[in-house]
Amino acid sequence: MAMTVELPALERTDATTPETKASSARLRRYAGPALGLLLPVGLALAWEIAVWAGLSNGRLVPPPTKIFATMVELAKSGELSRHIIATLSRVASGFILGVVAGTLFGAISGYWGLARRLLDPTVQALRAIPSIAWVPLFILWLGIFETSKIALIAVGVFFPVYLGVMGAILSVDRKIVEVGRTFRLSGPAMIRRILLPAVLPAYVVALRVGLGLGWMFVVAAEFMGASEGLGYLLIDGQQLGKPAQIVAAIVIFAILGKTTDWLIEIATAPLLRWQDAFGGKSGAA
Amino acid sequence: MLALDRVGKTYPNGVHALERFSANIKLGEIVAIIGGSGCGKSTLLRAIAGLDRATTGTVTLDDIAITAPHAKIGIIFQEPRLLPWLSVADNIGFGLSELSAAARREKVARALDRVGLADKANAWPRELSGGQAQRVAIARALVPQPEVLLLDEPFSALDAFTRRDLQDHLLDLWNDTRPTLMLVTHDVDEAVVLADRVLVMRPRPGRLFEEIKVNLARPRDRNSPHFDNFKRRVLTALDRSLDRNVPDADAKSTTGEAMWW
Ligand SMILES: Nc1ncnc2c1ncn2[C@@H]1O[C@H](COP(=O)(O)OP(=O)(O)OP(=O)(O)O)[C@@H](O)[C@H]1O
Ligand SMILES: [Mg+2]
Repeated sequence: MAMTVELPALERTDATTPETKASSARLRRYAGPALGLLLPVGLALAWEIAVWAGLSNGRLVPPPTKIFATMVELAKSGELSRHIIATLSRVASGFILGVVAGTLFGAISGYWGLARRLLDPTVQALRAIPSIAWVPLFILWLGIFETSKIALIAVGVFFPVYLGVMGAILSVDRKIVEVGRTFRLSGPAMIRRILLPAVLPAYVVALRVGLGLGWMFVVAAEFMGASEGLGYLLIDGQQLGKPAQIVAAIVIFAILGKTTDWLIEIATAPLLRWQDAFGGKSGAA
Repeated sequence: MLALDRVGKTYPNGVHALERFSANIKLGEIVAIIGGSGCGKSTLLRAIAGLDRATTGTVTLDDIAITAPHAKIGIIFQEPRLLPWLSVADNIGFGLSELSAAARREKVARALDRVGLADKANAWPRELSGGQAQRVAIARALVPQPEVLLLDEPFSALDAFTRRDLQDHLLDLWNDTRPTLMLVTHDVDEAVVLADRVLVMRPRPGRLFEEIKVNLARPRDRNSPHFDNFKRRVLTALDRSLDRNVPDADAKSTTGEAMWW
């Protein structure tokens, strides 16, 4: 009895301090990223000053202002958006293809033991091939234009998604499946009400890993001959000796990669609020 | 009536877990099953729940043979097994998907009230204490109004205070609709406090060893001499059920109060 009296009291102390808690939480939420920015911004600033003071001519490593100027110039001429759109659309198509295929095969392998024994060894063997090794074959099969590039990206995205989905389904807690059985869920209801929610956290991780590989492979794909895209900007910068353009393209890659990853995180956060994870607190607040 | 007729189970790996277990349990009766570890208590309960099939014998509820989970039979496990992605209220309403949303909400609200967790309706399972979580599990199993509720060591993970609390609470809830309760426990106190009948099992292979009727009026006073008397009878039966397989007779000299099984 003593415990049931104490418990609400504990909760009340939790409830009386939401304002102070919220403000300190907000501070922490902004302070975290700010702290992370300190090092790169500091380095950039130091480099800028070094070039400005004449300690270096900044030809091979251009100072931030020069990189920014290059970006602005590219943006003004409309070049930049053309390259960004080209790269983004390649990543998007490859990502979607890879995710659809990876989810489908992963789900089949995870759910159905026979299919796993049939399919998984082959997939694992294919996974052992460095994906770039496919490039010549894809060019022969699919030509040097978009199709082969998208295929390469899709291959890169496929494997982590496949593995993630299969692993997640295989590791669904038997005890929770049993709860579904005691309530006599039908096959589809079991998938919808038990398996899907149980698999979701791992699936989101798989998507994010897949997206990361998608960004990696788009560069490889654009290296193999493209007339537009951020990868083309890199090659072009190398061939014409424009380091500022190369760094500008790299910075844009970083921004796009981070933004798309963040979009997945934001889009799935409401579905994962229930998670009892180490980092889950900030999402729930 | 729940009828167990010579229920036996041999697992695929050859373990003979249960042999010819027979019992008839009336509607509204509370039966406790007690016995050493590994004597097939969980196996028996899972067979009654329809989660596993008995290899021999039959389980029938009101003349319906049970071979798969049935709407009239609910089960509560040792762990609450709440679905972490559903709120407390949605967990309780999990078995009510056939009802309209409004009817479901009303039933869930009543159940939440009944287990004293009305303020936790929108909490996530991870925000509950062990005892609260098990109360939610009880509510989830009771809300579809089963005729038979099976409980496999439902309170064994809780501290002694919370356990007593929940035992009283369970009796309270049982009084609402008077379902049949079948409870596996390692706790002699718990068996005597709750049950009309205590079934003592013995291991290798698991079978029924002795049946003890507890004809004490409810509510039962845990400190009364009658209560102690029944406890002692269950303990002696337990000791005997285990000793048959222990060649060393000296082990018997301890009273069994230690409850090491
Ligand atoms: N899935 C299984 N496959 C094979 N053998 C099993 C399985 N489940 C249980 N057993 C065996 O069956 C016997 C009875 O197990 P059971 O879980 O029913 O015991 P119990 O009485 O519930 O024990 P406890 O009190 O420790 O929970 C044990 O010897 C156990 O090893
Ligand atoms: Mg058990």
